Amino acid sequence: MAELVQKNKAVKVSKTNSASTGSSFDNLELFLLHLPTTIWYLIFCYAPMFGVVISFMDYKVKPGKSFLYSLFVNSRWNGFGNFKFLMESSYFETMLRNTLVYNLIFITLGVVLPVTLAIMMSQLYSKRMAKICQTAMFLPHFLSWVVIGYFVFAFFTPGRGLVNNLAKSLGIGDPAHDWYQDITFWSWFLVFLNQWKGMGYNMVVYMASISGIDQEMYEAALIDGASKWQQTRFITIPMLRPIISIMFIMAVGSIFRSDFGLFYQATRNSGPLTPITQTIDVYVYKALLESPNINFSSAASLLQSVCGCITIVLANIVVKKIDPDAGLF
Amino acid sequence: MAKNKKIQKKGATLKYLRVSPVTNVIFSTIFILLALLCFMPALLVLIVSFSSEASVMAKGYSYFPSSWSLESYMYLARQIEYIGGAFLNSIFVTVVGTCLGLVMCSTMGYAVSRPNYRLRGFFTWFIFIPMLFSGGLVASYMINTQILNMKNTYWALILPMCCSSFYVIIMRTFFQTTIPDAIIESAKIDGAAQIRIFLQIVLPISLPSIATIGLFYTFAYWNDWMMAKYYLTSNVQDKFPLQYVLISLENNIEFLSRNSQFMAPGEANNVPSETVRMAMVMVAVIPIACSYPFFQKYFVSGLTIGAVKG
Repeated sequence: MAELVQKNKAVKVSKTNSASTGSSFDNLELFLLHLPTTIWYLIFCYAPMFGVVISFMDYKVKPGKSFLYSLFVNSRWNGFGNFKFLMESSYFETMLRNTLVYNLIFITLGVVLPVTLAIMMSQLYSKRMAKICQTAMFLPHFLSWVVIGYFVFAFFTPGRGLVNNLAKSLGIGDPAHDWYQDITFWSWFLVFLNQWKGMGYNMVVYMASISGIDQEMYEAALIDGASKWQQTRFITIPMLRPIISIMFIMAVGSIFRSDFGLFYQATRNSGPLTPITQTIDVYVYKALLESPNINFSSAASLLQSVCGCITIVLANIVVKKIDPDAGLF
Repeated sequence: MAKNKKIQKKGATLKYLRVSPVTNVIFSTIFILLALLCFMPALLVLIVSFSSEASVMAKGYSYFPSSWSLESYMYLARQIEYIGGAFLNSIFVTVVGTCLGLVMCSTMGYAVSRPNYRLRGFFTWFIFIPMLFSGGLVASYMINTQILNMKNTYWALILPMCCSSFYVIIMRTFFQTTIPDAIIESAKIDGAAQIRIFLQIVLPISLPSIATIGLFYTFAYWNDWMMAKYYLTSNVQDKFPLQYVLISLENNIEFLSRNSQFMAPGEANNVPSETVRMAMVMVAVIPIACSYPFFQKYFVSGLTIGAVKG
């Protein structure tokens, strides 16, 4: 008791600015307040972290017995066997390549395009038109991939799709062309869809930062005789650097994650497109629910998490080296 | 007079700060094209949903159908029991999910924003670690289905996505920067318990940010189809949310007719299937398309308060 009082006193002395005592009762109350969230985190975030043991087991279901029984009693410890088989399989290279290459393209374009557009939009004379265009470009962000899949379907389905009908009426191209089997087309179209959906959102992020830049800097630059291009190059872009690097780290941190909706749902899971749409997430989903192979699926899933964790930490270190204030953590 | 002069001066510098008129025209054209690019696909689906089935059969999907018709919506109206059910499922999941998510994020965000909270450091890491590392889909799927038995329940659509470290950190940053410590201290001196301070002082002050996060949740839940794809099987069609009904319609338009117990025999053959599909898409899109322009500014402010750093 005496100790507690002393401790309280110490806190009181150390916090001369605030009248707070931070009593243990306070702590208890705060703890109870966020207890439900804590439980949620334990069940939905931390339990799966231990659930990764599945990846090291040769998981065998024993009908009628519980999951834990199947996992710990009925299944054999397999070490890194699952990973070895997964990496030796023919589709491992495909899914790794698709995930990484597409993400690299998405990340690069996802910075360059919205930043350019945001700078351009901030220059428009008519603010009302900027607002209207921005609203229209924000629309795809609020649509689900299921809905976007239907939009794509309306344009490209063979027979009734708008594009094929245009081809028929204009007499160019092949009116019966089946776009859902055209790998070359989709390998570009996936990039287009990704940018189309994300452009509005990213642009708004950068627009918000641009509007926060002090106008007097531009006026000073003007007096110094800087051209519009120089103003952009030496004021706008450096001012945007912190937000660009945060967006960049977050994007790089998820370089091993792919947008399941884009690769699976928007392509309608079309078989002939598999060589370009098979990403890690798509594979994990298919191996978990469509043609069950839990060992491979869980191994791929864990590999993805571990690689993602390493990349986000590395990206943060690199960005901090370049600009110490720009790191995420 | 002086003010007038100032405005004049501002206008003058503004003139020099702007891009040239030619560039403005070029930029405007680019943005109009981009805006059309984002908007036209939705318009096509809207028009198809109002076309007659015969027109779609003859001309395909087109911006200029040969005849208009309401038959697809009439058909959906006749299936009200099923469509309405899916609509209600979506609303139920969205409302419950948003409320639950807000409670979870705001309480945790508040606790870790209090400088005097002794477990603050621990719980900051506690919410941060899942941002770096996750168990992955397979582990969570196994736990959710095998241990929590959530397969084919509404909980499966709500719980797995109801809290997010990202939102918790946005909340925390917001509470830290906008709520003066003095207010909380004075409430404490008046003898208010933490729960009361939270409910009666903190929440009312931070209503704007809570509304913003609430909007994020609302749109996320309304648009969610992945949880349904993971956790619902085809024998629980009464629990399908709209987005999942759309997925089911992709493969078989008969999905709708199979589900109506009270449809006259033979009617299945004259389902205006092409237009009905698009009408269903519109049922899922219209609530969003009509509401987001009004909420847009909250999203923008949400993004800026969401300087997650800190």
